[in-house]
Amino acid sequence: MAGHSNYVPQSAAAKWLESRLPVISLMRGSFVDFPTPKNLNYWWTFGGILFFVLIAQILTGIVLVMHYTPSTDAAFDSVEHIMRDVNFGWLLRYLHSNGASMFFIAVYIHIFRGLYYGSYKAPREISWILGVIIFLIMMGTAFMGYVLPWGQMSFWGATVITNLFSAIPLVGEAIVTWLWGGFAVDNPTLNRFFSLHYLLPFMIFGVVILHVWAFHTTGNNNPTGVQPKTKQDTLPFHPYYTMKDLFAIVVFMIFFSWFAFYLPNYLGHADNYIEADPLVTPAHIVPEWYFLPFYAILRAVPDKLGGVVLMFGAIAVLFILPWLDTSKVRSGAYRPLFKQFFWIFAIVCVALGYLGAMPAEGIYVTLSRIFTAYYFAHFLIILPMLGFLEKPLPLPASISESVLKGGSGTPAGAAAAPDTK
Amino acid sequence: MSTMIKMVRSLVAVATLAIATPAVAAGAKIEIDYQKWSFAGPFGFYDRAQLQRGFKVYRENCSACHGLRLVAFRNLAEDGGPSFTEDEAKQIASEYTVIDGPDDFGEMYERPAILADRFPSPFPNQQAARAANNGAYPPDFSLLAKARAAQRGFPGFVFDIFTQYQENGPDYIYSLLTGYEEDPEGITVPDGQYYNHSFLAGQFISMAPPLFDEAVEYTDGTPMTVDQYAKDVSAFMMWAAEPHLEDRKKIGFRVMIFLIVFAGLLYFTKKQIWRNVDH
Repeated sequence: MAGHSNYVPQSAAAKWLESRLPVISLMRGSFVDFPTPKNLNYWWTFGGILFFVLIAQILTGIVLVMHYTPSTDAAFDSVEHIMRDVNFGWLLRYLHSNGASMFFIAVYIHIFRGLYYGSYKAPREISWILGVIIFLIMMGTAFMGYVLPWGQMSFWGATVITNLFSAIPLVGEAIVTWLWGGFAVDNPTLNRFFSLHYLLPFMIFGVVILHVWAFHTTGNNNPTGVQPKTKQDTLPFHPYYTMKDLFAIVVFMIFFSWFAFYLPNYLGHADNYIEADPLVTPAHIVPEWYFLPFYAILRAVPDKLGGVVLMFGAIAVLFILPWLDTSKVRSGAYRPLFKQFFWIFAIVCVALGYLGAMPAEGIYVTLSRIFTAYYFAHFLIILPMLGFLEKPLPLPASISESVLKGGSGTPAGAAAAPDTK
Repeated sequence: MSTMIKMVRSLVAVATLAIATPAVAAGAKIEIDYQKWSFAGPFGFYDRAQLQRGFKVYRENCSACHGLRLVAFRNLAEDGGPSFTEDEAKQIASEYTVIDGPDDFGEMYERPAILADRFPSPFPNQQAARAANNGAYPPDFSLLAKARAAQRGFPGFVFDIFTQYQENGPDYIYSLLTGYEEDPEGITVPDGQYYNHSFLAGQFISMAPPLFDEAVEYTDGTPMTVDQYAKDVSAFMMWAAEPHLEDRKKIGFRVMIFLIVFAGLLYFTKKQIWRNVDH
């Protein structure tokens, strides 16, 4: 990363520091001079947006913890204390609870951008896998965070999800008891979830550094999927992308504020304003919206173990995606068939999300099964086959050429050979 | 290949249509009688007089069974609420008795409430409340306006994002309070229960119709009808559940203006920086 900087320390202090710890040239090489493809579109700004949301979540979370009490007797009331008595407590809490949703909106766009432009393909497999790990830790963090207010959905969501592990043969029950720290979701469960909810975001931060390190080593992907060849293809990260990302972050903040200030409870569930009661089961136990597609997959299978396996499989399949896609062309912009299947897949994911929110009965179950089957078929059948069946469009010779021919998504340079890097 | 794509496409289209059709499969549909609320929308605010009336309805009609345990008496005099004067709030507090202690002899004792106290609940615990109410539990009012919401369904929930609809709670409470009917023909209502077409947990509710015309006296000329009482007490409950709503919307508006201007400046800055780059 530091290799991209020609930084020469000028002041005595900078020289002193650089000769001992070259942190200035590291930062300059990574975030100032770093050569970035000049054709990145706005879908690429979601990386920066995600970094902003992560920091916002950590900061609001640290202050919320100063007022929160992790105990089954006091958790619910302490959240209400934050909402009513703490100065701007309502703002911190609404930013934090809506921030979780914003995090997932941004991460889903970021993931689908990677899927469309083939950012998971060689040589960026490690970046992609680290990204999937971040996604998994995010899901764990969000799930445990939702338990902390100790409302009805907190409690019953925790009960349903932890109970999934009881599907594991032989040791399932023992694992669930171990997770709970008792024989039901109770105070020990709340306390360990609180502890982990505080820990995991910092682990995410660590993996984010690895994620960035990996794609700074390979270079960014770009909408053409063609590797930069000359200096004309790239721009220094600063000021070009710092300013573009900053603009995108502020636009995203407008969207975020729309929810946090005007619709703060839209993305939540009303039942979570009822204190947890182990004796009263809510009519429908529904997870937060961002888990709904996976919840639909879980419930699509009549067998508990099978459902759990498929649900985790839905994420596990992402780990091997770089080797499932057989096409030599990276960007979906040059893959006419893939493009169509990509959008079908996106619709299927949204449909699964809708089905996850519906009761598991009648037509909903049938449709969940069809879409679940399609979800896996997309990765395990369609993507491997497309590489052989599809005739990709000719690739541009370089990023600069595609830009001059107008629009990164438009194929150009009929004579150019497909990029096989 | 292309026929295969067509097949998959039409399959997805059919399936998507099928789930978009409203399904009545899950639970009976309840009737929601949507109201215009002063606190709706980006510039929403509480109507002070309405909150004061709503509080009166609560105190005289509901508080015998329903608590308000998270609201403090001082809140009654705070900005963005019913805005009683401090003396009025003190007076209201003093009419309630709270248990304090232990004193120097280790005894708990009763004393009149002060501004710092929260509303004492009518029952010491849920079991006592159930025992006194034929097994039913009258829920606490502090958060009820955020803890109840009728299903909006598709596509309503999508439009709600743009219309900023967040009044599910008060709309539901209003509908419930005005949703009592004569027992319909062919339906036997169990003893001790009442038919209500807006009750989320089924058609039969254990609460007897709580409001009657002229049951609470309004001195400001506002009509003393069930409809008006229901509106006022729903608005009061929204405030109890979301006491900082006005602050939130006011600050939100400033934040929006700032962000939009800032985004505009950043856009032109970005454009200026990129002016010589083909991209």
